[in-house]
Amino acid sequence: MRVGVITFPGTLDDRDAARAVVAGGAEAVALWHADADLKSVDAVILPGGFSYGDYLRCGAISRFAPVMNLVIEAAGKGMPVLGICNGFQVLCESHLLPGALTRNSDLHFLCRDQEIEIVNNTTAWTSSYKAGEKIVIPLKNGEGSFQCDDSTLAMLEGEGRIIARYVGQNPNGSRNLIAGITNERGNVVGLMPHPEHAIDELTGPTAQGLGFFTSILNAMVK
Amino acid sequence: MAKIVVDVMLKPEILDPQGNAVASALPRLGFSFAKSVRQGKRFEIEVEGEPTAAQLAEVEKAAEVLLSNPVIENFVVRVEK
Repeated sequence: MRVGVITFPGTLDDRDAARAVVAGGAEAVALWHADADLKSVDAVILPGGFSYGDYLRCGAISRFAPVMNLVIEAAGKGMPVLGICNGFQVLCESHLLPGALTRNSDLHFLCRDQEIEIVNNTTAWTSSYKAGEKIVIPLKNGEGSFQCDDSTLAMLEGEGRIIARYVGQNPNGSRNLIAGITNERGNVVGLMPHPEHAIDELTGPTAQGLGFFTSILNAMVK
Repeated sequence: MAKIVVDVMLKPEILDPQGNAVASALPRLGFSFAKSVRQGKRFEIEVEGEPTAAQLAEVEKAAEVLLSNPVIENFVVRVEK
C-alpha cells in the first residue's frame, strides 16, 4: 500500500513521517504542495512543521494549496488522512475536522515527551492500540491548544470522536485535554503530538508511535 | 485611493494568551489603566477609487474564507478615507 506524505514550503517532519510509514510496513510516496495529482496513494499524511511560515494562521494558507483540494475530495470519499501537529492545524482550517488550534495557554513553545491515552481505537489510524492504552511520544508546538464551542465539544465527546487525550497536567490549554480527534467516518485523524518521532528507541523516547503507521495497514486489509 | 480595513479579533469566549501577556506587562511599566487587553489582526486593503458595494461584498467573503477563521474569530469590514 502507498501512503503519501505531503511537503509544503516550511514542512519539517516529512522525512520522519516517511520513515515511519516504511517502518509501519507501507511504501512512502512524496507529495508536493503544488501537485495536481495524488499519485495513486491509498492514504495521506500531513506532517508537522510551519507550512507557509504559519503566516496569517497556522495552516490557513496550506489549506488552499493545489494538493489539498485533492486531499479534501479524497477524504470525503473515505481515504485515510492523518494530520500531525501543523497537519492537524491544516485539517481544521480545511474544515475536515471541527475546532481550531490556538496559541498554547502559557505562550511557551513546548518540546517534550508527553504521555497520551488512546481513547478511540476504532479509527483508520489507531486500530493497532488498545482502548485506554497509554503511550509516550514527543509533543512540540506553539499553537496546540484545541478550542471549539460548547456544542462541538459535546458532539465530539458524545460521538466518541476524541481519539487521544493528554495524561496529567494539561500541556497547552486544550479543551478536555484533547490531543487528537477524528471525523464522523473515522478516516480523518488530527493529532497534536508526534508519533512519527517515536518509532524506535534509538531515535525516539519510545517506539510507541509506530501503532499509528501499522493501523493504516489494518484499515486497508479490511 | 481608498482603503478597506478588516479587523479580526478572537471571539470573546476564546482565550487570548497574547492579550493576557500584554495586560500583565502594562502594570510592570507603570501603566495602570488596563482592565483587560485583547490582541487582534488588522488588514489594510488598497483599492482604486471609491470601494463599490460589490468590492465590499467580495472583501466580506474573503474575510470569512481566508482572513479570519470563523471557528475562533470575528471580523469587521470598514472603509477608511
